[in-house]
Amino acid sequence: MQTPGMLDAGWALLVRDIKLGYRRIGELANPLVFFLVVATLFPLATSPERELLMEIGPGIVWVAALLSSVLALDTLYRSDMDDGTMEQMALSPQPLAWLLLVKTVAHWLVSGLPLVILAPLVAQAFFLPAEAGPTMVASLALGTPTLSLIGSIGAALTAGLRRGGALVAMLVLPLSMPILIFGARATDLAMDGLDVTGPLNLLAAIMFLALSLGPIAAAAAIRVSLD
Amino acid sequence: MSISEASLQGRGLSLWRGDRCLFQNLGFELTNSQWLHVSGGNGSGKTTLLRVLAGLTMPESGDVYWDDRRISRSRFDYHRSMIYMGHLEGLKGDMNPEENLRFHYQLRDKKAGERIEIAIERLGLERCRSLPCRSLSAGQRRRAALARVLVSSATLWILDEPFANLDVKGRELVEELVSEHLEQGGMAILAAHHEMHINGGTRVPLELS
Repeated sequence: MQTPGMLDAGWALLVRDIKLGYRRIGELANPLVFFLVVATLFPLATSPERELLMEIGPGIVWVAALLSSVLALDTLYRSDMDDGTMEQMALSPQPLAWLLLVKTVAHWLVSGLPLVILAPLVAQAFFLPAEAGPTMVASLALGTPTLSLIGSIGAALTAGLRRGGALVAMLVLPLSMPILIFGARATDLAMDGLDVTGPLNLLAAIMFLALSLGPIAAAAAIRVSLD
Repeated sequence: MSISEASLQGRGLSLWRGDRCLFQNLGFELTNSQWLHVSGGNGSGKTTLLRVLAGLTMPESGDVYWDDRRISRSRFDYHRSMIYMGHLEGLKGDMNPEENLRFHYQLRDKKAGERIEIAIERLGLERCRSLPCRSLSAGQRRRAALARVLVSSATLWILDEPFANLDVKGRELVEELVSEHLEQGGMAILAAHHEMHINGGTRVPLELS
């Protein structure tokens, strides 16, 4: 018997999860459609005036991104918990934290990345100036992986519960506030033509913090959920 | 295939669920070619005990030792030498049995390739090897989970109700596979309320009340 290395095992899991993601294309599209719908609700509820929309646009895109990433969390560990695959992964000779990190990356690739790509489209609807576009994409590209990583801890904690949906939101949303603040701030600054390196650096710092500690916390939480 | 010497011990295991005691100060020892027969009525804690022995559930007191080392301290070594089959088959509904097996061994064992073919044939899964697992019957899924156990070169097999959903032929096959495994020097822990006819190896009874 020869145990595969972490990279081989991780690659196999990444490929499996992305493949399974695309076999359930409907589940995949839900959070994206949700993102678009929430973002379009705001102009309808407030007013379609250009000045107002420009003012609130970055904030709305970020709130919509945050909510849709929380909505997508339920699919992260649920099916693996229900069919016993998680049990087998916890009993495999691979570090569970590493496997969960790979699963979170795969989850971000199929749910977070499309959102980052769609965001400039939504930004157009809010009359955001073209020069703020790249900053908005950059801030989302740094912020949404962090949302997935923090969310994975919440999803792991509630994975053993029958109905964890609302609980995950309550656990994850307060922790996501810094990302929301710096993400929206970066786009705001870019619209005024100011320097955006500050908030973007902070977003990157939070991402690396979540990247290094999140999977360890998630693995501990999964072991509790399996107990 | 020869299996090296190993031993599994439970020392002073106790576990409560709420204020109900499932087992208290439970101890046993298992070495090569022995199998532990965990018996007891519904709700007597068979599954919980097996999960404790697999390292999924923490006992409230006591410890499980693999080669005289606590399994919580040498998790990777233990999990390399052990395979667990619980109530959940651990199969992805959207993948077929073969894909499921291949994925499992991409995490566990690089050299499982040919053994997968042999196991599929042995468990009679040729006809449904390319059907998604969600369209299989409960018995076929059970067979696919058993194929995973057979592919592993693990010393210790932990099987929770291996007969569940299986037809008569399937049961005989399980008994045959376990017997062969024991004859090669393996160990097994089986939880079942049925009579079992395991020919190879020595039976170590453990009844939960």
